[in-house]
Amino acid sequence: MSLMSTLARLEAVRSGRAQVVATVRHRHVSARPLVFVPLTTAGEAGAPLGALVGTERDAPRLLVVPQPRDRDLRFAFLTELADVVLPYIDSFAADVEPAERTETDPETGKRVKVEVELCADAPQLLVPSRAGIEFVRLLGRSMRFRRTAEQDPETPHPAPPHVPLLGRWLTHFGERARVPGSSLLQALTELLSRHWATGQSNLEDQHLGALLAWIDPPEGTRGAEEALRAELARGADGQLLHPPAGPATDPAFDNRLLAPAIERYDRARTRLAAAEDGLEADDRLGELTAAERDVRALVESRTRPTWDAVWHGLDLLRALPEGAHVADRWTRDRWSFTGHRDRVLAGEPPQPRLDDAVTAANKLATREREQARLDAQEALDDPLVMAGRRLAGEAFAGEVVEVVRAYSESRRPSPRPLVTVRTDDRPHLGERAKVYRSLGGRPQSAEFVEAVEENTGAAHENGADGEDVHGGTGAGAGLLVTVRVLDKMGRGREPEEGSVPEKGDRICFTLFEHEQRGGAKLPDPEDTPWTHGGPPGEAAATTAQRPDAVTEEDVL
Amino acid sequence: MPPPRTRGTALRHLLAELRGPAVPVPGEPPPQPKALDARALAALAANPGCDRRALLDGAGVDKAALADALGAPSSFGQSQFALTRGNAFEKRVKADGGAELLRLVHEKLDPAAPPPETSSVPDLTAVGPAGRTARTALALREAVEAGGWTLLDHPMLALDVAGSPAFLEPDAVVVHPDGSWTVVEIKSFPMLDGSADPAKVGAAARQSAVYVLALEEVAARLDPAPAVRHRILLVCPKDFSNLATASAVDVRKQRSVTRRQLARLTRIEEIAEALPEGTCFGLDLPPERLTAAVESVPATYAPECLSTCELAFHCRERARAAGAVTALGRAARAELGGLTTVDEVLAAAHGEAGDPADPAVAALRRAAGLRAEALASASAGQGGTAC
Repeated sequence: MSLMSTLARLEAVRSGRAQVVATVRHRHVSARPLVFVPLTTAGEAGAPLGALVGTERDAPRLLVVPQPRDRDLRFAFLTELADVVLPYIDSFAADVEPAERTETDPETGKRVKVEVELCADAPQLLVPSRAGIEFVRLLGRSMRFRRTAEQDPETPHPAPPHVPLLGRWLTHFGERARVPGSSLLQALTELLSRHWATGQSNLEDQHLGALLAWIDPPEGTRGAEEALRAELARGADGQLLHPPAGPATDPAFDNRLLAPAIERYDRARTRLAAAEDGLEADDRLGELTAAERDVRALVESRTRPTWDAVWHGLDLLRALPEGAHVADRWTRDRWSFTGHRDRVLAGEPPQPRLDDAVTAANKLATREREQARLDAQEALDDPLVMAGRRLAGEAFAGEVVEVVRAYSESRRPSPRPLVTVRTDDRPHLGERAKVYRSLGGRPQSAEFVEAVEENTGAAHENGADGEDVHGGTGAGAGLLVTVRVLDKMGRGREPEEGSVPEKGDRICFTLFEHEQRGGAKLPDPEDTPWTHGGPPGEAAATTAQRPDAVTEEDVL
Repeated sequence: MPPPRTRGTALRHLLAELRGPAVPVPGEPPPQPKALDARALAALAANPGCDRRALLDGAGVDKAALADALGAPSSFGQSQFALTRGNAFEKRVKADGGAELLRLVHEKLDPAAPPPETSSVPDLTAVGPAGRTARTALALREAVEAGGWTLLDHPMLALDVAGSPAFLEPDAVVVHPDGSWTVVEIKSFPMLDGSADPAKVGAAARQSAVYVLALEEVAARLDPAPAVRHRILLVCPKDFSNLATASAVDVRKQRSVTRRQLARLTRIEEIAEALPEGTCFGLDLPPERLTAAVESVPATYAPECLSTCELAFHCRERARAAGAVTALGRAARAELGGLTTVDEVLAAAHGEAGDPADPAVAALRRAAGLRAEALASASAGQGGTAC
């Protein structure tokens, strides 16, 4: 946690209300997101209990597994889920726009531009909390290796059609969610805590109800008290007034309400199976339906408050203006979506259990690059984020006090003007350090020359790096930083109009780059060097696709 | 390092007084001090600086009941679904005389040994925890002498904690043909494609480390002392099935941390001596007196306590009421130098108090200034172009 956000949290403690830590919205929020509020069964891996899912705030679809340990009921649930999620995904897959991508020509080895399709928009899946993202991954993993009867007539317990496909999509969403700044799959708690600081710890911010209470408490209440109530208050029946956002349920709910209801359902099912004639069976079917209705009502009672909370949070986020670079990052998400759509259409096998060395290295490199990109773009979009970087000595802002014309010493001199900025910041500038400023959305680079203390006149040829940024003498006194502008001034002897700051301008230089370069190209998986295990080979490919072992009682 | 016997007895008396007279429940035998189980012992390592926790755990006070009495009940509970599944899985793993379990131990830890075609599973039933502990020690000795594979199902081990024995019950202990011992921990969280939730594996490793320490005490009393392996076997369901899979987990680090923690636990004597005369945590006391008693022992609250300590909600309430900065997380505390309360920090940030020569104060003022400047520029409509 940076000092900036700690300070915001402390302000929130004092005021009893969350404080902003961003002045713009840093994540894309779709106009038509698919909200997914899942519940899971305690102790079982990937055994959903139920979910609310849909794109309409007033009409969520309730899906319930009345006996979570029953494989057939689980498949029925997953089929229903696929019936909601897949049409939603497909609705984005068809609408495409032409785009260009650079590819390596396999024959000549040259980099060439190719015309490809790019989906005009992409689906967005929203879950209440970080644990929900993990659950989406888990569901994806549990489904993508299943075989349908059509794929393999011999398979025991074949999965219904669409279920493996849903697994592949959820896996893709889960994998993409690990890329910093991506928005295909988002958790509401993460979205909200990116923009607001509450008066509680990060750990407690994982509770969606409490987080919302801090940010937007009901009229006439204090956020702090409402948050505590949302977190702990129980009714006379010992149940939490605000059920946790899941997917895990409260043990008190499991033991006192859910377990008896499921037991009644089991009993009704056994009795129906034992029915001797049609009339009796009719009666007992009625009992079974009633028992199932009870479980459904219980699941709805625990998911509906979270569903409403998610939409409430969305309202708050939509009220923020979108950051300038958000669309750029969303385009990357669209590429990611289009890419997976193409892989599915091309009939490629599901994502393997474990990545090969090259894929893993590529994924890590992507995440690192996107993290750097996100950090830079957020700072450029938002003065409050930039303030944090300035505090950390990674940027400085101030007024231009002097501009001196200067030229490079080459045969054809180009402009290299010296710009002096008076700043209260204490940047960590090393000798000839590169600094950047945004010029009409493009980065202009400059080189650090010297820094002089305004009052004492003490010069730092090597920059302010040696001294303590927060040093007592430094605070309050200005620092005169001189930099030499290096580019974006045109080809002529005189710099182009507006390309050099003028005296009196307020400008901000960053020590970090604004745009990220791609890393070194990695070999294709088939050319993995032996140091990294060598090419994955045929055997690995077949074992990677093997369906999971299925036991007779797959469920306990 | 157990303290001398006499000191231990004195301490036991002192702790019994702190615990207060147990509240008798009609029709049940008088309750014993709450036994320190491996989970509680392992959790001691989670927040070693907390005197309150060390003392209450050391004295065997039922913290959950205490939290209820203080009006800040803990939210710990286990779903019966998880419990049923956990028990069913353990039973399955240990079926057929532990054949599957021994196969996994052989495969993962001791492939050089002869395969466990035959094995013995001694009967460990006895009266009371002390009896079971003695029975377990005997069975371990016999197993070493007999050679071959032996599975001890739910043995009972004793560990000296601050002068009083804590009884521990591992899921299983396996004696190898070479006479060495392995702790087996059976958990019901899945191992998915060979990896499991790191937080849960960490907790299991800490818990197993406590068993390893207890086993080492038993081993030390034998001659020659058998080796207790520092790689334990963690058994989990494979992927989404109920088939067992296992992984060897090295617990050397956890073992040494826990051992150091346990050695330091003797300091609860010092904590107890610093308490005012007549302090007692008896649950029959009126809430005000109980609160006062709890407050007389200093606590080190951090948000992480919420997931490991029953008293956490009480401590959090107190920390928040006192405006302690740690309530926001340990990281927050680390940045603020000597400033420990919300009021102090904000006063320093807004220039109302604090020495500007203090680096923490200077940084706070700059942060507050930059924040105000950024918010002003954003509301003036310049947002979006920070540069």
